[in-house]
Amino acid sequence: MSGILASMIDGLLVGSVYGLAAMGLSLIWGVMDVINLTHGSMIALGMFGMYVLFTAFPTNAYFLLLPLIGAGFILGLVVYWMSVHWVVGRAQLMSLLSTFAVNMMVIGIGTAIWSTSPYNVNFSVPGVTMGAYTFTGNHIAAAVSAIVIALALELFLYHTRMGKAIRAVADNREAAELMGISSTMVLTVAFGIGIALAISSGALVSTLFPFTILSGAVYQMKSFVVTVLAGLGKPLGALLAGILLGLLEGAVTPFIAVSWVPLIEFGLFVVVLLAFPKGIFVRASA
Amino acid sequence: MILRRLVFWLVLLTAAAFAYLPVRGNNISLREDLILVAVAIILASNLNLMIGYTGYVNFGHIVFYGLGGYVGLYLATVRNWNLAVAALAAGAAVSVFAFLLGLAILRLRGAYFALATIGVLQAVQAFVSNFDPWGRSTGLYVEFTSYESLGGPVRALWVIYFLVIALMALSMILSLGIKISKFGLGLFAIREDEDAAVVLGVNATMYKAIVFSVSAFLPAVAGTLMFFKNGMIDPSIAFEFMLSLEGIVMLMLGGQGTVVGAALGPGLYERLRSWLLTSPRLSNFHLVIAGGLLLVVVLFAPGGLIGWLYRLWPRSQEVIE
Amino acid sequence: MSDLLDVRGVSKRFGGLLAVSDVSFHLAQGEILGLIGPNGAGKTTLFNMVNGVYPPNGGSIWFEGRDITGSPPHRVVQLGLSRTHQIVKPLNGMTVLDNVTVGACFGREYQHLRPARETAMEVLKLVGMGDRAQAPARSLTIAGKKRLEVARALAARPKLLLLDEVLAGLNPTEIAQMIDLVRRVRDSGVSVFMIEHLMQAVMNLSDRIVVLNFGQKLAEGRPEEVARDPQVVEAYLGDDKIAHKLMEKN
Repeated sequence: MSGILASMIDGLLVGSVYGLAAMGLSLIWGVMDVINLTHGSMIALGMFGMYVLFTAFPTNAYFLLLPLIGAGFILGLVVYWMSVHWVVGRAQLMSLLSTFAVNMMVIGIGTAIWSTSPYNVNFSVPGVTMGAYTFTGNHIAAAVSAIVIALALELFLYHTRMGKAIRAVADNREAAELMGISSTMVLTVAFGIGIALAISSGALVSTLFPFTILSGAVYQMKSFVVTVLAGLGKPLGALLAGILLGLLEGAVTPFIAVSWVPLIEFGLFVVVLLAFPKGIFVRASA
Repeated sequence: MILRRLVFWLVLLTAAAFAYLPVRGNNISLREDLILVAVAIILASNLNLMIGYTGYVNFGHIVFYGLGGYVGLYLATVRNWNLAVAALAAGAAVSVFAFLLGLAILRLRGAYFALATIGVLQAVQAFVSNFDPWGRSTGLYVEFTSYESLGGPVRALWVIYFLVIALMALSMILSLGIKISKFGLGLFAIREDEDAAVVLGVNATMYKAIVFSVSAFLPAVAGTLMFFKNGMIDPSIAFEFMLSLEGIVMLMLGGQGTVVGAALGPGLYERLRSWLLTSPRLSNFHLVIAGGLLLVVVLFAPGGLIGWLYRLWPRSQEVIE
Repeated sequence: MSDLLDVRGVSKRFGGLLAVSDVSFHLAQGEILGLIGPNGAGKTTLFNMVNGVYPPNGGSIWFEGRDITGSPPHRVVQLGLSRTHQIVKPLNGMTVLDNVTVGACFGREYQHLRPARETAMEVLKLVGMGDRAQAPARSLTIAGKKRLEVARALAARPKLLLLDEVLAGLNPTEIAQMIDLVRRVRDSGVSVFMIEHLMQAVMNLSDRIVVLNFGQKLAEGRPEEVARDPQVVEAYLGDDKIAHKLMEKN
């Protein structure tokens, strides 16, 4: 197996975590037309949440995902009521600024607690060896976790009442309200889920790489790239696009310095936005 | 016409005060405080052209300041150009860059544009960190002897101070001038409803690119002067995202869309900032407080302090612009 | 009379939907041309192509003998073609006067700020809103906003004015006032192309009418001819005796 192929497979695995992160962003964006700029800080909180829990309860880190997802959901409700609810109807830029303000506050508090030093979650599962290459167990476990969570979200959106309500509000908020759906309730829940997804992706990343309070920003950028690739409000599309991004990274990183990757991803972001405003999976209209 | 505006005279008065106060009694520490306020006003006033006038939020505004610093410092130290010429050339170069960049990314609306500007800042920082002629991540240094051309280091600091004050006054007069011009009217129309503006005949693509480019000029010139004064530049201090954010906070606090607000916000915020940074317990909370301030303004007073004044006393809108 | 606007075989497709299909007609200088048809017939789409919001997929559009197919809206305005919107788009944060001044500044005469303000005041008086010049645009009623929309378009000194359902949402008094305004606009030398659902108004105001249905032109001609056309009756009017009633002048 060639080195590039191995790198790409690894990228595919890590990419599913990018996809998971992007799902949170895409859901919120699609449902309430809010660009959640707390996303990066929530991912960072997920990383540190796993660290804190794991330090306190050194069991299988993947079991700790569950309480983290729950905590993330509650945190999402808090953030929604703090900064989003009041600006949902207004110009999109207002929610941009208000969520950004919360982002600043969270990073500020996080820096005060944990400074900008790197941290680690020292938990690993055994890897899989194929020929000369070993695939890190954590990468595989992270990918599996991401896919499981993504499937759970799909089930929720398509087979539960609340899920249907969320999709209805995403489609047409006024019409949904006329049908008796409390959009405030729906928006709150959707936001909570979006943050829970961000937290869970951060938790998974913490098992893969060392991280600092500022690491969330990198994954936020990736989430944006993935979201615009996939188009808004399509969770499974976001997962797929995340995997695609991971594949791309895997193909490219053996050849260029790591510091160029953010540049390329940003370039991709702008190009996709300009050329495919609705995402590349949707045929562009005339 | 502009001479009939009260704010024009207020600007000149403020600039005169800034110029005079530190000279009296040779008060170096006051000068250093005021120069930071002046730079903040330059940044906020020019950012106001994008956010307040045109309705496009630029999260990466500091990139013009940093790039101006790099171009200007490179020309002044490596190429040994006269400082003033280097600064103006830097302003011109960064404006051209902004114009071309603007043509590309201003096709993105609202929030997409805002996101793209974050990316631009990061991309430029990444690029400069890898750019050999500009010292990669080490950056550029000013030789001590370079200050001789300005009459020695002590005098150089004063010369630069007065130049920066002049740029501050220019920034405010520029935003006042645009506000009362036809160009400004076109920008406001774009802000209110870009599609309607286009149908009314405003060439929005060109107007946006032009104002983006204009908003880059004075910050770039200021960047050259400030980094020359500080003696060095490197990617981490040139493109500090935090400074970009603070620019937004200051502008929103003062009152985006107004000339006075773009000066009031920085004036108040700089006081708060220097107090925070020197207080041992609170220095970590700098970011938290800035964020909290922004949140409060966005939720409860999106027009900032001047916007609040307008609501209290509507007639003030004609006089305090 | 020469042709001011000449639309030749234009079509527009949105994904799988053919919104406008091979539509041709012309508008002569000095006339009021009405555009009618059921909802979804493609009327606003046609307007959007004429004033450059998006280009047609096929066909061409000629204004004063010049090919303007695909020209962007800001260029089309400068050539002398203004339009209003079905759902009004006031510049809410600005005053009524400033709104109209924008029209004068960026319209056909591309005036400087001070003369534009004067033009704007003139036009506001013409539409009967001179006293509301300093009011913020967002404070107007729907009728006021509609008149503002027309004033803004007129301030550009157009040769042809496109009106998109300018009577929708108005009460009978306001409708009468607006009809009077449209007549005065035409009498001042501006040709008018108007989409309208209010059949009585359109039949009375228009010199000629174009009928669209499912993106295709069904009929074109004088109001009484069109009203009796059996295809038009079947698709839109419903009753051929209506023609007679609608033609009764009020």
